[in-house]
Amino acid sequence: MTLNDVAELLDAEVLAGHDQLEMEVKTGFGADLMSDVLAFAKPGSLLLTGLTNPQVVRTADILDIAAIIMVRGKRPVPEAIQLAKEIKIPVLSTRLILFETIGRLYEKGMRGCIERVDNSFGRP
Amino acid sequence: MITVLDVHEKPIFESSYTVQGGNFDEAGKVASQIKVILKKLGLQTDVVRKAALVAYESEINIVSYARKGTINISITPQRVKIETIDEGHGIPDIELAMQEGYSTADAKIREMGFGAGMGLCNIKKFSDQFQITSEIGIGTHLKMIILIENGA
Ligand SMILES: Nc1ncnc2c1ncn2[C@@H]1O[C@H](COP(=O)(O)OP(=O)(O)O)[C@@H](O)[C@H]1O
Ligand SMILES: [Mg+2]
Repeated sequence: MTLNDVAELLDAEVLAGHDQLEMEVKTGFGADLMSDVLAFAKPGSLLLTGLTNPQVVRTADILDIAAIIMVRGKRPVPEAIQLAKEIKIPVLSTRLILFETIGRLYEKGMRGCIERVDNSFGRP
Repeated sequence: MITVLDVHEKPIFESSYTVQGGNFDEAGKVASQIKVILKKLGLQTDVVRKAALVAYESEINIVSYARKGTINISITPQRVKIETIDEGHGIPDIELAMQEGYSTADAKIREMGFGAGMGLCNIKKFSDQFQITSEIGIGTHLKMIILIENGA
C-alpha cells in the first residue's frame, strides 16, 4: 500500500514528507528502543514508534527506513521534524496505540520486516 | 588481527570527525555524514548500512559516556575501517560492558531510545572485525572493519 493509504487507514497527520506519499510500503518494524531498531529493522520498512526525538529520525536515516509513524498521539519535537524534512523521511503521527496501528496495517496485508529474530547473539 | 588487512593498502578515502560528549542534539550527525560519503563512493548497500550502523552506535556512546572523541574513517577497495577514540573515564570491565543488557545509561540516554545495553553488541555483530580497548581515566578505543566483497 502507499503512504497515502497508510495515513488514511491510521487517521494519521502527515508532519513531514507531504510530497512522498505515493511511496509503496510493504513491511514494518515497531519498537521504542533504537538499538533494537538498528539490530533488526530492514531498509524500506515503516518504523512504528512512540519515541519522538531527533534520534528516531537519525536511526531511520542510518537504516534507510521508508517512513516513521509516531503512535499514541506523540508529536515530535520541532528539531525532529526539521531533520526529517532535511533528510526527506516522511513522518506521520497517529493517535492510535501501537497494537491498533499494527493490527490495521497487518489486516491490509502489511507484514513485519522479519518474522522473528535469530538467537545468534547475546541470548543463550 | 585487524592490522593484517591494513598493510599495503592505499585508502581511497580518509576522514576524521570530532564528537562532543553530552551533545545529544547532534548525536548521529557524523554517522549520517559517513553514510552519505559511502553511498557516493558507490559501495554495496549492506556495506554502507553496516558501516553507518556501527559508526552510529559508537557515536552515541561517545556522546553518552565520554567528554569528547574522534571518529576516523578510512576506506580501501577491500574494507571500510572506522575507529573511535574518546577521552573519558573508560570502561572498567570490558567483558561486562560487552554483555547484552548491561548498561550504566541515565534517563537522558534512555529517552533517546538507547541505554538498553545493546550498543556494543550491535557494533560487534555488524562488524567483520572488532577490537575494543579502554583505559580507566583516559578513554576508550574501538576499531571496526567491514569487508567489501570482491572489492568496490
Ligand atoms: N565510550 C565509552 N566510554 C565509557 N563507557 C562506555 C563507552 N561505551 C560504552 N560504555 C559503557 O558500556 C556500557 C554498555 O554500552 P552499550 O553496549 O553501548 O550499551 P548502552 O549504551 O545501551 O548502555 C555503557 O552503559 C557504558 O557503561
Ligand atoms: Mg550504547
